[in-house]
Amino acid sequence: MSPRVVFPNKVLPYLLVAPQLAITLIFFYWPASQAVYQSTLREDPFGLNSKFVWFDNFKRVLSDPGYLNSLQVTAIFSVSTAFVSMAVALLLAVMADKVIKGRGLYRTLMIWPYAVAPAIAGMLWLFLFNPSIGSLAIGLRSLGISWDPLLNGTDAMILVVSAAAWKQISYNFLFFVAGLQAIPKALIEAAAIDGARETKRFWTIVFPLLAPTTFFLLVVNTVYALFDTFGIIHAVTGGGPGRSTETLVYKVYSDGALNQLMGVSAAQSVILMVIVIALTAVQFRYVERKVHYG
Amino acid sequence: MVETPAAVTPAKATSTAAVLGRKEDGAMLGVSRSSRYIAHVILILGIVIVAFPIYYTFVASTHTLQTILRPPLPLIPGDQFFENYSEALFGGVGRIGGVAVSTLLFNTMVVALAIAIGKIIISILSAYAIVFFRFPFRMVFFWVIFITLMLPVEVRIMPTYKVMSDLGLIDTYTGLTLPLMASATATLLFRQFFLTIPGELVEAARVDGAGPYRFFKDILLPLSRTNIAALFVILFIYGWTQYLWPLLMTNRNDMNTIVIALKKMISFADADTQWHLVMVTSMLAIIPPILVVLLMQRWFVRGLVDTEK
Repeated sequence: MSPRVVFPNKVLPYLLVAPQLAITLIFFYWPASQAVYQSTLREDPFGLNSKFVWFDNFKRVLSDPGYLNSLQVTAIFSVSTAFVSMAVALLLAVMADKVIKGRGLYRTLMIWPYAVAPAIAGMLWLFLFNPSIGSLAIGLRSLGISWDPLLNGTDAMILVVSAAAWKQISYNFLFFVAGLQAIPKALIEAAAIDGARETKRFWTIVFPLLAPTTFFLLVVNTVYALFDTFGIIHAVTGGGPGRSTETLVYKVYSDGALNQLMGVSAAQSVILMVIVIALTAVQFRYVERKVHYG
Repeated sequence: MVETPAAVTPAKATSTAAVLGRKEDGAMLGVSRSSRYIAHVILILGIVIVAFPIYYTFVASTHTLQTILRPPLPLIPGDQFFENYSEALFGGVGRIGGVAVSTLLFNTMVVALAIAIGKIIISILSAYAIVFFRFPFRMVFFWVIFITLMLPVEVRIMPTYKVMSDLGLIDTYTGLTLPLMASATATLLFRQFFLTIPGELVEAARVDGAGPYRFFKDILLPLSRTNIAALFVILFIYGWTQYLWPLLMTNRNDMNTIVIALKKMISFADADTQWHLVMVTSMLAIIPPILVVLLMQRWFVRGLVDTEK
């Protein structure tokens, strides 16, 4: 970067960054460092004394079947949510790229769920599909499908994945549409003249050229499924039935806020931090589309 | 995919005229009419899936509790619109301590606006400092702000709660909003934009005697207008849809945001959930952010693609 023309003030810049720095130090770095510190402590059951136990909390967490279960739940939940919402969005975006009339209208009608809070999305789906008053659950039952997300773990998982994926379709749709528009039409038309049919053109030209968008969305959707869907789990299933929908973030919350297991909860927080750092690194290392550091 | 004879196939090698002819009506070469019809059908199906839960919530919000409890619910709105909405908005809901939904809407509006505006102000100031000034620790500050991307609330739930309760910020608007006002994403976005502003402009402003304040107010802010609008839409929705933070920060029913209150209103365990009021509250929780998205669609799409998160 060439040396910029700048203002010569000595004090002003510090005043300008001060609010942001104050907030990050008090509400981000201080609690985060506390989480790291607490993860090495164990409190007695009354919270009166605590002693330093090195990595014992981490050992406990990683050998806890409940934690391994929630790792597995999180993996299933994230992969399914990302896959379903991206697949549906891609299909719709490809279709929207084909039509001539009504493109703008389709887009307008497609972006609503972005504005719906994940927790509300979950509650709407639960309203439609809960076994006692859900109108669509009745439909399922009349088709002979036994369905009860309040008692059956698999059904509960299907419900939360559907709600989480539904909410994310609009976001993915907008990015896929933008990605499709960036593909030079001449390339596709050349293939058409060479006789490649639509399906073939999609898989050999369009899909590979969409790879940067797809990869970017994969990272974003994973982060979404890992963290932003806490509301869905909390509002719809509360991690249940059993522990069939207890994701990692939900477990940190329930161990910490509900069960008051501070050391264990803090150790889980630290593990989550490592996951976020890895994901952010991936995002900025490989998905560096517009952000350049000068 | 279905291809009709009308589609361009190598067998009937197209003349240039035919190619041009197809292009004039805006169609892409090689997309047949029938596959375009199929596209419309799939898109309409997609919209039904996307819109149905919201539509059905609206329908439910206009029926009596008795109708809702005897499914399946009709597909058309009922006649209880005014009764249900005025009961929820002004009457108060028993399950959440008699708090009226209008209070919840007010809280949520305060939270969403404060977070959006606060984030924009704080970020634009720090980006301004980082781009247009040279001072010791400049890059250290930049990285300190950047790294907060990796510390979302979700990974530090309990210690953050401890800090907030030590500071006495539970059940306050400050507690609900201030800690969320730091924003690495917004700072990065403004920094990115400021870097594209030519140095000559700064030079010219300085020659004309403009100090940092005049430059910021008369040149930088007007130039940033579209960025600010785009960011505002994204951040307003971010603030409106917060869940974990208001869940931790509020105990009192009258300090809840509408999303949290909604969660408290629903119970599948007992039969006294007032579903008609739940549905009204859901609609009222959904409509403001949807309006913002639809009315500011152009900036919304821009903001989404620019912030990339």
